[in-house]
Amino acid sequence: MSIFIDESTRVIVQGITGKMARFHTNDMLNYGTRVVGGVVPGKGGQLVDGLPVFDTVEEAVAETGAEASLVFVPPPFAADSIMEAADAGIRYCVCITDGIPAQDMIRVKRYMYRYPKERRMVLTGPNCAGTISPGKALLGIMPGHIYLPGPVGIIGRSGTLGYEAAAQLKAHGIGVSTSVGIGGDPINGSSFRDIIQHFQNDDDTQVICMIGEIGGPQEAEAAAYIRDHVTKPVIAYVAGLTAPKGRTMGHAGAIISAFGESASEKVEILTAAGVTVAPNPAVIGDTIARVMAKAA
Amino acid sequence: MDIHEYQAKEILASFGVDIPPGALAYSPEQAAYRAREIGGERWVVKAQVHAGGRGKAGGVKVCSSDQEIQKTCEALFGRKLVTHQTGPEGKGIYRVYVEGAVPIEREIYLGLVLDRTSQRVMIVASAEGGMEIEEISAQKPDSIVRATVEPAVGLQDFQCRQIAFKLGIDPALTQRMVRTLQGCYRAFRDYDATMVEINPLVVTGDNRILALDAKMTFDDNALFRHPQISELRDKSQEDPRESRAADRGLSYVGLDGNIGCIVNGAGLAMATMDTIKLAGGEPANFLDIGGGATPERVAKAFRLVMSDSNVQAVLVNIFAGINRCDWVAEGVIQALREVQVDVPVIVRLAGTNVEAGQKILAESGLPLIRANTLMEAAERAVGAWKNDLSQDTRMRAVK
Repeated sequence: MSIFIDESTRVIVQGITGKMARFHTNDMLNYGTRVVGGVVPGKGGQLVDGLPVFDTVEEAVAETGAEASLVFVPPPFAADSIMEAADAGIRYCVCITDGIPAQDMIRVKRYMYRYPKERRMVLTGPNCAGTISPGKALLGIMPGHIYLPGPVGIIGRSGTLGYEAAAQLKAHGIGVSTSVGIGGDPINGSSFRDIIQHFQNDDDTQVICMIGEIGGPQEAEAAAYIRDHVTKPVIAYVAGLTAPKGRTMGHAGAIISAFGESASEKVEILTAAGVTVAPNPAVIGDTIARVMAKAA
Repeated sequence: MDIHEYQAKEILASFGVDIPPGALAYSPEQAAYRAREIGGERWVVKAQVHAGGRGKAGGVKVCSSDQEIQKTCEALFGRKLVTHQTGPEGKGIYRVYVEGAVPIEREIYLGLVLDRTSQRVMIVASAEGGMEIEEISAQKPDSIVRATVEPAVGLQDFQCRQIAFKLGIDPALTQRMVRTLQGCYRAFRDYDATMVEINPLVVTGDNRILALDAKMTFDDNALFRHPQISELRDKSQEDPRESRAADRGLSYVGLDGNIGCIVNGAGLAMATMDTIKLAGGEPANFLDIGGGATPERVAKAFRLVMSDSNVQAVLVNIFAGINRCDWVAEGVIQALREVQVDVPVIVRLAGTNVEAGQKILAESGLPLIRANTLMEAAERAVGAWKNDLSQDTRMRAVK
């Protein structure tokens, strides 16, 4: 098992005719992802690299049985596309788009709650690298070859820092069950806690690794949840120990604006909750290897 | 994006928030003229800079004559105002706002923010106006009143009344308070603000509710749909290097250290800074050149980092995912041939085709220091900087 996606998940790409979307769709197909089509309003009926394009997500779901969607739509229209996916019955949606207005995301979150929990879509991102279940499926823009299949569940805000962690694990011969990017925006689809909950319930995941950064309350929320509900070992790293207060560090959400939002405070909160915190980014892999050796 | 107080007041006033009479001036003479236009006997002259704490820093002065206004303005114009929010270099004063003084009965703190816990807009108010919100939450946390806005229906009047009653506002002024709060919320919503702060919001002796100060910050990601807000951008209030970076699509934050960083991805960029610190150095900057590290972007990044005269070594850390390391290596070499770099350059590449990338760097004939891991890169950067420093000292000693 893995979480959210595997080799049987039928995937559509919203905005599939864009240059980036086409490039990554091919990459996903090469990885073995079951991409079944795409959606671009007004381009229904066309074929892109052999895949059918539909005008609406509703139509795409009806015709292909799509369960998951990857949103590659430009920022002004991305929120609308996510809501369209939620309405059409998509189960899992990854939004790659960087630069969506925060108030649009507030509306998206509110909109998703109009559906009962059983049919509510799970959204990860925006502004993330995507999700990969190594050896099974890739829903995003990450390089698939840096991930080995295995027992570690990864959740991270940042793309390249997540790659760094996966590459360090690969050097240790340790693999990943699923790696989920939750993105660097202040208002995101799923939090660390939401994803940790899935990993706790996933039989294939034995160890959880969360890669956080400065800004926002989600690392602290996750710490409280881990303390009370998680039985699997959790390893964390928090980026931004040297980041000054009140400055946005690249990600719109990476800004220390309140108490508990700095890296050192988050490290303290996570440590108190029983999480093993890697002291620096160069030893994320070593720390996981050490924790796994101890647990074995 | 930040705007000036006078601009925020103009926007809020257009949404029904009352403000004292005031006008903008670009010179001492104009300021005195504005005061005469406003009328009255006392005026407040306020330096317009993008930072809080202006009062304590001497940027806000009460004046009661033409001469006093002129003298105050002469001291303000062209000066750098240093407040606890500006950093030691301060922010230049090129505009002042002249406002008629009002009789203050009581001061209230009012803020609207994007609350990341509830993922909604939150109103924060306190009867302890005039103090900063950080101080209020540290010293008088019980005085803080909060309300979150349901995004589907917006702020409700009953929520505004609740806030007014909890703050102990005279019941006769409840409706004015509702109008003020609704105005702030609508301005926040309609213009995609991320913060509206009125500190203080005052109740006057003659029973008015006025915004005495105002601050608005806007969501950079939403500026595409508010061209009238984008026009309010004042580059004189930005760090020149940071605004140059922003214009080139790079995300740069200047810091005090001397090891320049060029990294792809925000998280990895922060992690690189942390590792430099761990290795005993200080990062000179945060710089995210974006996921794809094209030769053009790498060259732009080198120009930007080298424009900081404190930089004594440059650490390039690129994790090539979709882009291959050999291609990134070519980019680094091309950039180093274009840009004059006279400090040690440490390059760490990881990811796809890393061996080919290393080989290209090794065969380039350029004096690059290569590293395989993040820690090694940071240690070599710090080592190179220290080595350089001791050579410098030796040379100075010889002289």
